[in-house]
Amino acid sequence: MNLPQPSNGQPLDRIDGPAKVTGTARYAGEYPAPGLLHGSVVGSPIARGSVRAIDCSAALAVPGVIAVLHHQNRPPMAGDDAPYQDADAADGQPFRPLFNDQVLYSGQPLALVVAQTLELARYAGTLVRIEIDEQPHQTDLLCAFDQAHDAPVELPKPRGDFASAYAQAPFKVDATYSTPVEHHNPMEPHASTVIYQDDGSLLVHDKTQGTQNSQDYLVQVFNLPKDRVRVRAAYVGGAFGSGLRPQYQLVLATMAALNLKRSVRVSLTRQQMFTFGYRPRTVQRLRLAADAQGRLQAIHHEAIAQTSRFEDFTEHVVEWSGMLYRCDNVAMAYKLVPLDVYTPLDMRAPGAALGLIGLECAMDELARQVGMDPLALRRVNFTDINGNEGKPYSSKALLACYDQGAAVFGWHRREARPRCRCEGHELIGWGMAGGAWEAMQMKASARARLDSEGHLWVGSATTDIGTGTYTVMTQIAADAASMAVSDVTFELGDSALPTAPLQGGSFTVSSVGSAVRQVCQLLRGALVKAAKAQYPALAGEAPERFVVREGKLWVGDSGYALDTILQGHALEVKVDAEPSARRQGFATATHSAVFVEVRVDEALGTVRVTRVVSAIAAGRVINPKTARSQILGGVVWGLGMALQEHTQTDHGLGRFMNHNLAEYHMPVNADIGDIEVIFVDEPDDIVNELGSKGVGEIGIIGVAAAVANAVQHATGRRMRDFPLTVDKLLAD
Amino acid sequence: MTPFTYAKPSSIDQAVQLAGPGARFIAGGTNLLDLMKENVARPAQLIDINDLPLRDISPTPDGGLRIGALVSNAELAWNTLVEQGYPLLAQAILAGASPQLRNMASTGGNLLQRTRCLYFYDTATPCNKRAPGSGCPARDGLNRNHAILGASPLCVAVHPSDMCVALAALEARVIVRGRSGERCVAFADFHRLPGDTPERDNTLADDELILAIELPAPRFAAYSHYLKVRDRASYAFALVSVAAALELDGSAIRTLHVALGGVAHKPWRDAALERQVVGQPATADTYTHFADSLLRAARPLPGNVFKVRLARNAIVRALIQAQRGKCQ
Repeated sequence: MNLPQPSNGQPLDRIDGPAKVTGTARYAGEYPAPGLLHGSVVGSPIARGSVRAIDCSAALAVPGVIAVLHHQNRPPMAGDDAPYQDADAADGQPFRPLFNDQVLYSGQPLALVVAQTLELARYAGTLVRIEIDEQPHQTDLLCAFDQAHDAPVELPKPRGDFASAYAQAPFKVDATYSTPVEHHNPMEPHASTVIYQDDGSLLVHDKTQGTQNSQDYLVQVFNLPKDRVRVRAAYVGGAFGSGLRPQYQLVLATMAALNLKRSVRVSLTRQQMFTFGYRPRTVQRLRLAADAQGRLQAIHHEAIAQTSRFEDFTEHVVEWSGMLYRCDNVAMAYKLVPLDVYTPLDMRAPGAALGLIGLECAMDELARQVGMDPLALRRVNFTDINGNEGKPYSSKALLACYDQGAAVFGWHRREARPRCRCEGHELIGWGMAGGAWEAMQMKASARARLDSEGHLWVGSATTDIGTGTYTVMTQIAADAASMAVSDVTFELGDSALPTAPLQGGSFTVSSVGSAVRQVCQLLRGALVKAAKAQYPALAGEAPERFVVREGKLWVGDSGYALDTILQGHALEVKVDAEPSARRQGFATATHSAVFVEVRVDEALGTVRVTRVVSAIAAGRVINPKTARSQILGGVVWGLGMALQEHTQTDHGLGRFMNHNLAEYHMPVNADIGDIEVIFVDEPDDIVNELGSKGVGEIGIIGVAAAVANAVQHATGRRMRDFPLTVDKLLAD
Repeated sequence: MTPFTYAKPSSIDQAVQLAGPGARFIAGGTNLLDLMKENVARPAQLIDINDLPLRDISPTPDGGLRIGALVSNAELAWNTLVEQGYPLLAQAILAGASPQLRNMASTGGNLLQRTRCLYFYDTATPCNKRAPGSGCPARDGLNRNHAILGASPLCVAVHPSDMCVALAALEARVIVRGRSGERCVAFADFHRLPGDTPERDNTLADDELILAIELPAPRFAAYSHYLKVRDRASYAFALVSVAAALELDGSAIRTLHVALGGVAHKPWRDAALERQVVGQPATADTYTHFADSLLRAARPLPGNVFKVRLARNAIVRALIQAQRGKCQ
């Protein structure tokens, strides 16, 4: 029996694909249960105040309405802040749904109507009368800069002397960029189906990026024994960070189920998807200075972002400016402004998607100042040391991204002068930007079980938010066990499985993948050991010659029945994997270079992106197909950030207003031209044992800056207020 | 969604008899059902008119076309007689919505689309159009998408249709029937400006049903163009749209019709101004002058000042495109 062809590196189709496209994959809001009740959330129309009275009589009079829960009649729940601190909590006091009479933001859930059908619940919700004593609110970041305070994070210490280096340098940029509030808007709205079991325990199907995070949260908030709550998330219809924290529908559905001792589902409406976390609005000031050769002399990156009054949400906005390029004089500042809004939440490439807009637009402006090609400027400033930490990168094939991306795009044909190309009514411009994202690794556990028929089952409590986790984990397991992928099943999305971190940050392959690899290697070792014990003839065989196939353990042409080796039992092992020890002393990150062509119709103020080339250095790519899809999705989102996405707030009402997918614009197919994805070769045996860095975030980073830089090249106008919409292009 | 009763009449007379203040006709439902789910529309009764014989597209004695109210937007756009005689109409329809929506949406229903004003759609906010007398936050709030022409202190909403902009330029007529009989409404008189009663989008009486749209004999098949400017390439409502139609006498203008979408409570036209350019040379200068004159009445809000420049540029662009001839 030949050794199986390695699966790692193969563009395997999604294992969950057929279930998803045929509709057999169930999402959190789709699980049936006997006597299931439906909850509908009633939200606050105002941004700040306190509830004076709630009149539920009309709602309760509707036949089929079971209950209306609110802060005055809800079942007991934890009173302190600590129980509400989840694995992704921000600093401060977490939001507690239906806890008291305080209204903290517009859209806040104030009541839950529970009825026999969803339609009845929604209708009855319109009959609930809530009187609120309104207080003055502030939702506009630009009007509250005087409230800014230092973000509770430890920024890299300033290095060198920014002020004097900046003062002395011959070329300088001092520019301010602004980015809007954006919402995640996964296709699947948040939903929780809480199934009240006969023994009173809860089986919860939740839309989450971490089943154990939701489980721990419910255990703490409702003071339940851990073995009485199981949370599952077999399939997740996109999350992008919105499922990193337990959201209020989970609390409300569980509250109702415990209160009524019935199974309850709460699905949020699209409008309600705008009533929790989001990417915060930022204002970023960049000061860059360079010498005549374009070498960076000084960098200062300051960001001011909005947060809620109850939590300080922080992300890595400014750090990138200290690690992407070589520069001896660097300083950063990061401030938060509390507003009468909900707390922001990690959203695809949190922080980096914002900070790299500032840095990479400013680099483009600097290139123009110095009179250099923007790509040449970046090459001059390349560094393989992370200046924030003073550590070398485990690998950083960014120069290869520059080279290969530029070659495919045809960057060498770019004429530096703005407004140099015109076709019909359109000016054509080319721009580029770089990107970076940390390559992290977390603790993770996995269990593997081989049955005597030769089927391998591997499980870990991670989730698959559409990224391809089912598929790549199957590939990693198959290779580590020397088996075919068709003989392997990977299970995830269940709090009862071995511990896994939240799925986010592009660290799932690195963390869970390492655990899966280790557990399968361990299992294979145990199997070989058992075989050698039974068959002395095998004693001298090298471990790598053993293959599991068709219910047998093979060495060359000799097959030994697993049933006999395992004596009728399944072989099961578990591993708790730690981050690779080799990482100590190194910085680890993914990098990208993205090149963009735009066509700008100046008379009509429209921008079309006709071509994108994204070159990615992310270590070893386990599955080029799912990895490419991640980059494509990131690029499309980056184009949306550049040109369309913007949650509009009426600051008079203190309320997000374009809370639907007709008015919250993101790209449609007709907006997207050619996107080419390149994965450059980047060997790395330090970052983790797979040499794979993860690709969930890196695709979006830098894209919006590249578009703005291309618009500058097309029109000669530097636009710094995102998104670059028609009204701004037509403004004087 | 508020509970309602449902009726499905089999004749036009029956439908008209059922009609009344609390009732709403439903055909494709592409807008009405959304509004009901968002609790914006709360009809006590839905009168389903899909069984009525209003699905024909047929020539009229004067060389025009009669389009039944239940003809879908997709059927209308791809109809051969429409493509040949009224390419402007086909182009405008295909600039709107998505294929799925156009398959469902009816001709009559397209005329009755409600505004996409953010406040109108959110029952947690005041809106004079949705709840008369409650106020208009758009005037001092988010008004980027709102009217620059013909607005009132009570309402600055715009009509969202693309099809209607073309129908205005083509001078269609709307055939309606109520309990007191049938009447024919000039397109310019069908929709109305908000004035003191912004809750009323049009001049239909409560008991009136749209039976058909009639188009006059084709005059603009050779020289017309629909230009729509929006925030993305598809599936977005117009910031500004222009239906431009020309008849040329050599290099001079014999007839010029321009209707604007996205700028007012109704498709915006100024027939008197159009008559002034008759006989003038068909040049960009003429078009620019016309556009400036048309927009002299514009009163933009803080958030939509750009629409004046956009409308001016779009009018000129659309007329130049129209002048280049069919299929531009």
